[in-house]
Amino acid sequence: MAEPLLEVRGLSKSFGALSATDQVELDVLEGETHAIIGPNGAGKTTLIGQLAGDLRPDAGRIRFAGEDITALDAPARSRRGFARSFQITSVYRDFTALDNVALAVQAHAGHSFRFWRAARGDEALRAPARAVLEEVGLGARAEVPAANLAHGEQRQLEIAMALATKPRLLLLDEPVAGMGAEESQRMVRFLATLKGRETMILVEHDMDAVFTLADRISVLVYGRIIATGTPAEIRANAEVRAAYLGED
Amino acid sequence: MRHGRRAIVFLGLVLLLAAVPPAAALLGQPFYVDLLRRVMIFAIAAVSLDLILGYGGMVSFGHAAYLGVGAYAVTILAVYGVHNGVLQWAAAVGASMLLAAAIGAVSIRTSGIYFIMITLAFTQMLYYLGISLDVYGGDNGMRLPMRSQFGGLIDLGNGTEFYYLVLGLLVLVVLFVRRLVDSRFGMVIRAAKSNEPRTRAIGFSPYPYRLAAFVISGGICGLAGALLINHTAYLTPDLMHWTRSGDILFMVVLGGMASTVGPVLGALVLLVLENALSNWTEHWQIILGPFLVLVVLFARRGLGGLLWREERDG
Repeated sequence: MAEPLLEVRGLSKSFGALSATDQVELDVLEGETHAIIGPNGAGKTTLIGQLAGDLRPDAGRIRFAGEDITALDAPARSRRGFARSFQITSVYRDFTALDNVALAVQAHAGHSFRFWRAARGDEALRAPARAVLEEVGLGARAEVPAANLAHGEQRQLEIAMALATKPRLLLLDEPVAGMGAEESQRMVRFLATLKGRETMILVEHDMDAVFTLADRISVLVYGRIIATGTPAEIRANAEVRAAYLGED
Repeated sequence: MRHGRRAIVFLGLVLLLAAVPPAAALLGQPFYVDLLRRVMIFAIAAVSLDLILGYGGMVSFGHAAYLGVGAYAVTILAVYGVHNGVLQWAAAVGASMLLAAAIGAVSIRTSGIYFIMITLAFTQMLYYLGISLDVYGGDNGMRLPMRSQFGGLIDLGNGTEFYYLVLGLLVLVVLFVRRLVDSRFGMVIRAAKSNEPRTRAIGFSPYPYRLAAFVISGGICGLAGALLINHTAYLTPDLMHWTRSGDILFMVVLGGMASTVGPVLGALVLLVLENALSNWTEHWQIILGPFLVLVVLFARRGLGGLLWREERDG
């Protein structure tokens, strides 16, 4: 088997006596959609923080595309192709949708110590940004300030920003959280179009979304991965049912 | 155009300022040339602060340091017989940028109240250093031996010539800062102010960009210091007093943060009002204080925001 794109080994993080991440082992293969599920308080947010580079693990290591990235911060991981969306929508509210995506393009277009040319007139940034907006279905909303977009559109915008960095891995933190049924279905349909083309880690509460999209699922309970497998295997797993699905 | 009204306000301000010397001559009130020149020098300082405060979200409560260093650089060179204006002003800008690099390197690692306190502490340190420098007048200050010389090209001793030089520099500084904040570089510092986690997540490390903005801001303010010492022709550590930093900060907030033109308006209103009120009563601060509080409370985007009603640049 080829080396996984993301390889997490023995990852641990405690806050005082609380072990939020406990010896986590996780492999994400190139091209797969890998869901991470778990009840509230299972340590999903802490795990994501460590994967994205916002939190330093106490122990363990993270390899990404053959490189040990455990010590790298979030910007450095982003430059290596690690993109994310946030659980609570995180966009530049005062900037237009196009500005938001153009910034993501700019972040991956060499250094930004360029003081003279107006960034908003720079087709090298605008053209790719417009293309990504079209792709996520926000083409007509390019000039709207992000703050004035609907909630679902803001979430799409976040994914557009992630895609604009030409990522090798997309880390999606509850992409359908806070959405109505219809919005959420639209998002799931959109994510389905990315499936296979992008490697995705999907952290999600919504089981419909997870079972529709995921190739494999890892179940996190009390900071530990108690099972990893295909949706069918996870459904059938007695330990998972006891710890999690049964309670739903 | 998105910034149409603001551009018109700026043009109006520049025309108004350009009309001051002939109008003052007509009215036989040369004092106004002096007052407005001071206004424009502080406007340059305020615009420089807006770059890091309004656009970069860095609340420097120590911008007087660069005014002071610019003024000291010019005076010290003059004391040792270097009167060449180009050399003096280059030294003023260079020294301010070096100082800003040092202060910025430490302070930008912090944020919020810590950032404010560190920039304030550095400036207080320089203030006391100025007081202790007896060679350059110490606490009492000293006269600038001779104004900066520009080889007969322009004579700073001539109030009107000096006035138009300052006006020209103010226009250049405003256009330069506008250009800067719309560039790729400017977009990074604005993005980092607007949403730092998002900015890091898409791949920017904000620190070097913030530091560069801080250094550029310090350099522009150092130029204002070189102008100010030629304006007053008297060096005093009071230039670096923390209340001076407060004044500059207030000009930015009063005129409207992150608007480049707003701080010019803020400098104009604050200094002209201060002057008018202090002529009228010695208790002028009782009136100015509440006025400033009201503006901050009711005009979130400053006086400028009332004029152009545009969202600020973010």
